[in-house]
Amino acid sequence: MSEAKASMSEAKASIDKETVEQVAQFGGEHYKYGFTTEIDMDRVENGLSEDIIRFISAKKEEPQWLLDWRLDAYERWLTMEEPEWAHVDYPKIDYQDLCYYAAPKSMEDGPKSLDEVDPELLKTYKKLGIPLIEQEMLAGVRKVAVDAVFDSVSVGTTFRDELAKDGVIFCSFSEAVKEHPDLVQKYLGSVVPKSDNYFTALNSAVFSDGSFVYIPPGVRCPMELSTYFRINEANTGQFERTLVIADKGSYVSYLEGCTAPMRDENQLHAAVVELVALEDAEIKYSTVQNWYPGDADGKGGIYNFVTKRGDCREDRARISWTQVETGSAVTWKYPSCILRGDGSSGEFYSIAISNNLQQVDSGTKMIHLGKNTSSKIISKGISAGRSSNCYRGQVSVHPKAANARNFTQCDSLLIGDKCAAHTVPYIEAKNLSALLEHEATTSKISDDQLFFCQQRGLDAEEAVALIVNGFCRDVLQNLPMEFAVEAQQLVGISLEGSVG
Amino acid sequence: MSSLLDIKDLHAGITDKPIINGLSLSINPGEVHAIMGPNGSGKSTLSYVLSGKSGYEVNGGEMLFEGQELAEMTPEARAIAGLFLAFQYPLEIPGVTNMTFLKTSLNAIRRGRGEEDMDAASFLRLAREKSRALGMDDDMLRRQLNVGFSGGEKKRNEILQMAMLEPKLAILDETDSGLDIDALKTVAEGVNALRSPERGMLVITHYQRLLDFIKPDVVHVMAKGQIVKSGGPELALELEKSGYAEYVGGADAASAGSPAHA
Ligand SMILES: Nc1ncnc2c1ncn2[C@@H]1O[C@H](COP(=O)(O)OP(=O)(O)OP(=O)(O)O)[C@@H](O)[C@H]1O
Ligand SMILES: [Mg+2]
Repeated sequence: MSEAKASMSEAKASIDKETVEQVAQFGGEHYKYGFTTEIDMDRVENGLSEDIIRFISAKKEEPQWLLDWRLDAYERWLTMEEPEWAHVDYPKIDYQDLCYYAAPKSMEDGPKSLDEVDPELLKTYKKLGIPLIEQEMLAGVRKVAVDAVFDSVSVGTTFRDELAKDGVIFCSFSEAVKEHPDLVQKYLGSVVPKSDNYFTALNSAVFSDGSFVYIPPGVRCPMELSTYFRINEANTGQFERTLVIADKGSYVSYLEGCTAPMRDENQLHAAVVELVALEDAEIKYSTVQNWYPGDADGKGGIYNFVTKRGDCREDRARISWTQVETGSAVTWKYPSCILRGDGSSGEFYSIAISNNLQQVDSGTKMIHLGKNTSSKIISKGISAGRSSNCYRGQVSVHPKAANARNFTQCDSLLIGDKCAAHTVPYIEAKNLSALLEHEATTSKISDDQLFFCQQRGLDAEEAVALIVNGFCRDVLQNLPMEFAVEAQQLVGISLEGSVG
Repeated sequence: MSSLLDIKDLHAGITDKPIINGLSLSINPGEVHAIMGPNGSGKSTLSYVLSGKSGYEVNGGEMLFEGQELAEMTPEARAIAGLFLAFQYPLEIPGVTNMTFLKTSLNAIRRGRGEEDMDAASFLRLAREKSRALGMDDDMLRRQLNVGFSGGEKKRNEILQMAMLEPKLAILDETDSGLDIDALKTVAEGVNALRSPERGMLVITHYQRLLDFIKPDVVHVMAKGQIVKSGGPELALELEKSGYAEYVGGADAASAGSPAHA
């Protein structure tokens, strides 16, 4: 406990890089982003009720239709049961003991221009390596626009004006509701219905913010878009929504990153992401998920219960998910593609790492509805420590989906002999012309490989990081260049302590 | 003159099985020593024990590298101190390019010595220069480490790593086996290029042919975990003619393939 206090006071002291490193050392943890920001927060009392939902909606000055939509979701949620089929095990969550809205006081009057954002918040993001001041983007580096979400609200979005020149809309969800209500109303819930599952119903009732993207017809988005999610407050849940719409013939590459302080209690993150790709449009969606994973004994960490789905709504639309999942105590997440348009395609590239007592149940669903649709799944699961790592995937070909193609490659790598890896593929072909391939391997890092690396000067952890990065190469290559290096380092860091 | 490597009465092996039985050997800076010996006599084991592979235990004696006891150092610390082993069976690491591996290794060793990482441009230049000198295509640098490499290419790749790391003591475990005659010459040139008054080498081989190209100062015969004879280069020629029969008589000659014992 005194360690936690020390790390808090350190974080306040100064904001240079050294401090971040110092903080990371407290508690002997490898997690670099475990600091807390001390800032005045506006938070509602714990508990979930119609009143809380009305409060959130009012706070955001939402139109009546959206409040009704939320209340309907809440009513359905009340009748639903928490899913138990996943290969994860965690104590029952008391939904009345969570806070559903927490925002920095300085954000009270709604989103401001970046110049007015509380300096303490800007510092927090700077410490996380995410500059929100546009001028601070390094010269020579390709521009990346950022929407920064802090607990329940977006605190700022960069490069909006520049993007607007091309007609690209990139803003917080709350602003989109106000400024582009027609688009929001048309697409919200059109990919992931409110009551799709327990967590989507909960999210639909209480979601507080997130990002909104619209790319107009024929536009190739001129820069990477990204959202950086930060949970800071104790005992809060984060329920964000992301909605990305790529209109006909457009292209966008979008990345999300996530971190949270080290806390002894578990915290809930239940997000919904909806992607809509219209005719000939392409969406590349990448995630680097680095929520606090809990300590070596499994204390604390984020419950990451997320529903992500993309709809290739029209012909030849393309959606590609790439995820690097290294954080969270428990992950429950299946980014999926509905291949509705003829000739549409979906891809899923995944690296899921579990160490210590982390539990991962992740995978994808590829639903082939249109003719000549194709999908590709490359999943790399790495388990270390006493963790459990499950790939759960579904490929289903509907009767009308003539000439559907799927290729699935599912590889597991085990480090040590106390961890577990499971592969649960469901394949369902209702059209005889479907061609589905599935390959799976399980391997271990051999002592001989480790020794070979050590003989060349690497210590055991560097050796594991190198070998695992090699194992994940096919997936890492799919990340936008700007994030590939960071992801590689993260792979190494998240496996620290797994050997020796 | 103080030796580079000084092994005294070394006893080592795997659990319950002694393999090195009281071996002594001393290499001075600038010297090249060759070890020859029948299959199973413990040559590779000696190289593993010196470089610190887990699973091998030292049960007695000492092995000093520039006066430091190797047994007290981690494998990577030995590499950082300048000990290099060219493996008899080089390992594959899928997904890691040769280039990445070389760079990671070189920089790990530099950091271990308190030096800065080599900048990317200098590294690239160096890697190209060294690989070309060994007659390797630039393409080899982009391929995954030893994956799909022919036996000879793997051996050549070991020498490339050695050339990049410039160790003080290089142990070459049967680097010549699997090499065609031209490759043997290029590899030998690579090794000779590293010969210098500060460096030592321990060359494990079955064939006199390699020693035509890499002239040893001392040749040792190893049998049953000991050095049973040492001499000049002429000893290798002698062995080529008469084989190991004279050294492997006695209690468990069978393991060395001698039919003499009943
Ligand atoms: N890990 C091990 N487990 C069991 N036996 C081992 C192990 N390592 C070495 N040995 C045994 O120790 C003996 C020496 O092996 P080593 O590989 O050192 O021989 P070598 O001299 O290098 O032979 P070669 O010329 O065939 O390469 C052999 O009998 C071998 O089977
Ligand atoms: Mg051998």
